[in-house]
Amino acid sequence: METIIHIENLQKSFGEKKVLCGVNLEVKRGESLVIIGRSGCGKSVLLKHINGLIPPDSGRVEVLGEVWGEITGKRMAEVRKRIGMLFQSAALLDSLTVAENVGLGLKESFGLSEKEITAIVNEKLDMVGMGGTNDLYPSSLSGGMRKRIGLARAIATNPDIVLYDEPTTGLDPITADMINDLILELHSRLDITSISVTHDMRAAYKTAQRIVMLYDGIIEYEGTPEQIKNSGNAIVDQFINGRAEGPIRIG
Amino acid sequence: MANGFSLIGRRAINFVSRLGSTFIVLGKTFYYFKAIPRSLGLIVDQLFMIGNKSLPLVAITSVFVGAVSAWQAAYQFKFIGAPLRYLGAAVGKAVVIELAPVLTALVVGGRVAAGIAAEVGTMRVTEQIDALDSMGISPARYLIMPRVLACMIMLPVLTMIANLVAIGGALVVSVLFVDMSHETFFNGVKNSFSMSDLFAGMIKSLVFGTIIGVVGCREGFFAGGGARGVGRATTEAVVISAVMILVSDYIIATILFRV
Repeated sequence: METIIHIENLQKSFGEKKVLCGVNLEVKRGESLVIIGRSGCGKSVLLKHINGLIPPDSGRVEVLGEVWGEITGKRMAEVRKRIGMLFQSAALLDSLTVAENVGLGLKESFGLSEKEITAIVNEKLDMVGMGGTNDLYPSSLSGGMRKRIGLARAIATNPDIVLYDEPTTGLDPITADMINDLILELHSRLDITSISVTHDMRAAYKTAQRIVMLYDGIIEYEGTPEQIKNSGNAIVDQFINGRAEGPIRIG
Repeated sequence: MANGFSLIGRRAINFVSRLGSTFIVLGKTFYYFKAIPRSLGLIVDQLFMIGNKSLPLVAITSVFVGAVSAWQAAYQFKFIGAPLRYLGAAVGKAVVIELAPVLTALVVGGRVAAGIAAEVGTMRVTEQIDALDSMGISPARYLIMPRVLACMIMLPVLTMIANLVAIGGALVVSVLFVDMSHETFFNGVKNSFSMSDLFAGMIKSLVFGTIIGVVGCREGFFAGGGARGVGRATTEAVVISAVMILVSDYIIATILFRV
């Protein structure tokens, strides 16, 4: 299987705080990868490097054959069009309706006609179980509904890669499981490469083919869900079992 | 001592960085003028938000600016013994070259720069700008250019309306309270009117519109730190745009009006 994401020695600091200290990661086409780690360990920062929203301090991030930092303008936009992203807060544009949000990329980046956009929007909204909500505004939706609309927007352009930033955080267990099912369904139906960032182990076990644990700015461990469960690594063990006592430094 | 230098250094770096980012916003606005045809819908929305919705505020402000100008001018004329037939000339000139452009810009700037900074800043801290970027949509084209362009178009339009309303306000005060005929007032306005004054006023309002749009977008676009950051961006947008309007007013005046 072709490798579509290469990350080499990625380093990133914010002021004095070193967040990523040399991350190396490869993702193959069609893979479903989950990145786990404590809150604030740099998972979302890593994800935002993958679609070029944050520039690295050093290191190399190659996605779909292009290296961020070596391309600008149109070429950058072209790569981004092939990557969908579900944000932690869904990040729907609150001045636009649900349909306008889902169709935004299609209208602004792909220049499709209104008729084509409407057809795709309706198809994607049905796919995430939100058909008929076209004219609602994000302010009238619940957190779970927003996440599903965000998901519809992320897949509207049929991207090669979908990035999920904490897709189940803040949701009730049933809605969280629905989102997990949707991620699995999209992965199998659309053959999308998916990368999720989460600290919800239930979601990680359910949606991942491979799990990567980020700790202290580097990848501490990677393996299949089964390998993670039986890793024998004290740090991984403490995290996946949610214990306050152990080698992980709190604070 | 070292701390003092460090503080001055930090302030200097902050100033230069802020100035740089302001020019980046301005540059990106001009760069994306090429995308005006495909952004017409966004621009029209902003023209409505910035122009139409500022109209009542501009009208109320202007009518009183005109009224108070006429009253104060009449008081001064009486004090120095100047003939009242020059009242229309004095008020008309003051309104067209200075009062209407500057006061419209300050009033609209307060409303619009704050509104833009709050809206764009909220979009920044709620990741809506990241979402645009992630879809391959340039936030500069989608958010900044339409707002700055709308300010550049609407400020001269609003200033033109302010000119008329302010002169109307002055006329009412002159006729009702200064005991002057409307013919005398209008003759004064007509005799003192010159196209170059009107042009100068329009140039000023174009520059002020650009300042309001760019400062509002800049403060919002680089906002950070949640609700507090958006609040700070909003306040700074109003303060910075007001100061820049007054400073640039002086600079333009020294260039356009030779003493």
